Amino acid sequence: MIYDKGKIFLGLAIFVALVASPFWYNPVFGTGSSAPPEVKLPAKEKQCVLPRAEMRASHMQVIYDWRETVVRGGGRTVRLPDGREMKMSLSNTCLGCHDNKKQFCDTCHGYLAVRPFCWDCHFDPKEQV
Amino acid sequence: MGTGEEKGMDRRGFLKLAGLGALGAAALPAGWSLVKPGEALAALGGTVTDAVTDRRRWAMVVDLRKECPAGCRDCITACNTTHNVPTFTDEADPKRHQIKWLWQAPYNNAFPGNEQEHARKGLEEQEVTVLCNHCEHPPCVKVCPTQATYQRPDGIVMMDFHRCIGCRFCMAGCPYGSRSFNWRDPHAGLPAKVPNPAYPTRMRGVVEKCTFCSERIDAGQKPACVDACTEKLLVFGDLKDSGSAVRELLEKHFTIRRKPNLGTQPQVYYIV
Amino acid sequence: MLEKALSGSTRYRAWIGGLLLVILVGVACYVKQFNEGLGITGMSRDVTWGFYIAQFTFLVGVAASAVMLVIPYYLHHYKAFGKITILGEFLAIGAVTMCLLFILADLGQPMRAMNVILHPTPHSILFWDMIVLNGYLFLNVLIGWTTLTAEKKGIPSPKWIKPFIYLSVPWAVSIHTVTAFLYAGLPGRGFWLSAVLAPRFLTSAFAAGPSLLILLALLVRRISKFDPGREQIQTLAKIVAYALPLNLFLLGCEVFTVFYSNIPDHKMHFQYLYFGLHGYNALVPWMWSSVVLAVVAALLLVNPGTRRNETVLAAACGMCFVATWIDKGLGMISGGFVPNPLEEITEYWPTLPEGLIALGIWAIGALIVTLLYKVAIAVREQEAA
Repeated sequence: MIYDKGKIFLGLAIFVALVASPFWYNPVFGTGSSAPPEVKLPAKEKQCVLPRAEMRASHMQVIYDWRETVVRGGGRTVRLPDGREMKMSLSNTCLGCHDNKKQFCDTCHGYLAVRPFCWDCHFDPKEQV
Repeated sequence: MGTGEEKGMDRRGFLKLAGLGALGAAALPAGWSLVKPGEALAALGGTVTDAVTDRRRWAMVVDLRKECPAGCRDCITACNTTHNVPTFTDEADPKRHQIKWLWQAPYNNAFPGNEQEHARKGLEEQEVTVLCNHCEHPPCVKVCPTQATYQRPDGIVMMDFHRCIGCRFCMAGCPYGSRSFNWRDPHAGLPAKVPNPAYPTRMRGVVEKCTFCSERIDAGQKPACVDACTEKLLVFGDLKDSGSAVRELLEKHFTIRRKPNLGTQPQVYYIV
Repeated sequence: MLEKALSGSTRYRAWIGGLLLVILVGVACYVKQFNEGLGITGMSRDVTWGFYIAQFTFLVGVAASAVMLVIPYYLHHYKAFGKITILGEFLAIGAVTMCLLFILADLGQPMRAMNVILHPTPHSILFWDMIVLNGYLFLNVLIGWTTLTAEKKGIPSPKWIKPFIYLSVPWAVSIHTVTAFLYAGLPGRGFWLSAVLAPRFLTSAFAAGPSLLILLALLVRRISKFDPGREQIQTLAKIVAYALPLNLFLLGCEVFTVFYSNIPDHKMHFQYLYFGLHGYNALVPWMWSSVVLAVVAALLLVNPGTRRNETVLAAACGMCFVATWIDKGLGMISGGFVPNPLEEITEYWPTLPEGLIALGIWAIGALIVTLLYKVAIAVREQEAA
């Protein structure tokens, strides 16, 4: 026998609704489309440091590794297995090819509500802000 | 409080165990990913071609025999421009939050304890260019709790702005006052289009100082201040190269260094 | 046992409410500091450590003073202190927590604080400070809670707690020796570069801590049914009576060395603090007040007649606490940074937000001590009944 059945089940329903709100809020109140955004790829280069799927999954690991290597004196140039040589630099190399931060980096980051603090210090050289 | 004498576990004990277990389980994957550096670089299969070695030992010689031209600040401007060093114009006392990597101080302040009352006229008031001395035995490196400031094999005392926790122990440790702290957001002291977009700014809450232009050195150039000085009063070079300009100057002329008795072995030499 | 802290008289609730208000104000100011940067404090390029680090340095000493109760009771079987070691241990918990909070409040990038653990650096004294402070906190929580729980159940403490108690004695000495070593090994800071700095830290700690304990014990007797005991308070007073004159003696040693040797690098900081330098003299009245208060307090404490009068004793302890606070919490940090390594002078004074954050952290410490003391007193009152 459940005491206060009405209050209990009402409270439970409100709780479930609140907890599940990330799932139902957008379809109900949002602009409708919750599909991942299209990013604008660079026009010139066709090949990034790693293949696309790996870059999508682990570009932060690559950036961290490059950071530790460059900043802590391990060197600035990396020779990749396919012979290409690259300067390890976020602003100059990464953003050299992906030269529109708003249309590339920010599109996905905004969609996923990710706010990397790299941009507190590093620039998109074209924006210069 | 439960008596704990019952067989098995009471509710309190279960909650304690569950909490600890959850904490441990959560820490495991998070902790693991943090202790695997180099994983991505290894996955790339790439090799770094220009790691810094101890083949060189960088040092600077400042010629004080000739005074800087009146009002000349070319070296300072070059440094601040190259590294986006902020200048705050909205402060009641500009000294408080000032950031300076390279600046000028009167002789008696640069070399306290080495007063020269009867030396040539003008020496004691002469503006001396002072900067981080990139000591051989840097006290700042010794006290940094995270190795955010550390010494490269080629002698340059570096800053890792990503790792710095802003404790300012290095600033207390430096006997030369060479370090500055970002008391506020540096962007407040920079134009919207920064002077050098190829070099990052810093954020508030980290310490910064002269790095002997490590990024220029690694590209084979000289530090910005050395290049900018039209009177050629700043000479930069490799102490391990017996034919370098700095070695020549040091052999030919007597030099003094700042606070030599502290054992730090500063690598900025002043010809007086 | 914690539930004992959740109930109390109206006065108790009002006190807790007041503390929470002060904490809230402190937190609000800290949010401003977190967003805008440490520039809202009075610190500058020349004086890079200020009020926060000064409070941390002072409180490390207060925290270590718990050992002044542990040594007589556990090592020399001075039974009288058995009643009040818990008060020392709980005060230590509050003090060490405040130390850690002051350090965090002072960091430019506090969210990176874990870097000290992720990148251990044994050659940095700050690394060891983190270890000993956290270790001491853990020790006092463990020892205090275990002994009090056993007492509440009316059984002797478990045997395994003894090694921890013995460990807490050298560990207490280590926390402020390590903290003193933060300062005493810096070649560029003549004011701190003194072998006597660590011993001075010890003597001022053993003067300030027991003074506070005496005041707290008198307060506990006034507001509860638990009486820490007249003999206990008198013994504590005798400890202060030795520590405070020793502290003054060591100050005298420093003064002699710097002024007789006449070396500017060491002398000029004392000149700035006690006489002013080139017209900068903001701290002169404070430093002399500290000396006068300390001397008067020392005389009152050494003289048995005045020491035995608990009203006079309370006043003397208050003076001793304030004097050592000014010396370590104001003079020591400024003195080290003024003049700067280029012999230029930038003075320091805390700003209002900085003071409110510091007050908020003191309130957090007071809250912790209040809650823990409430538990301890409740257990003692229950025993007495």
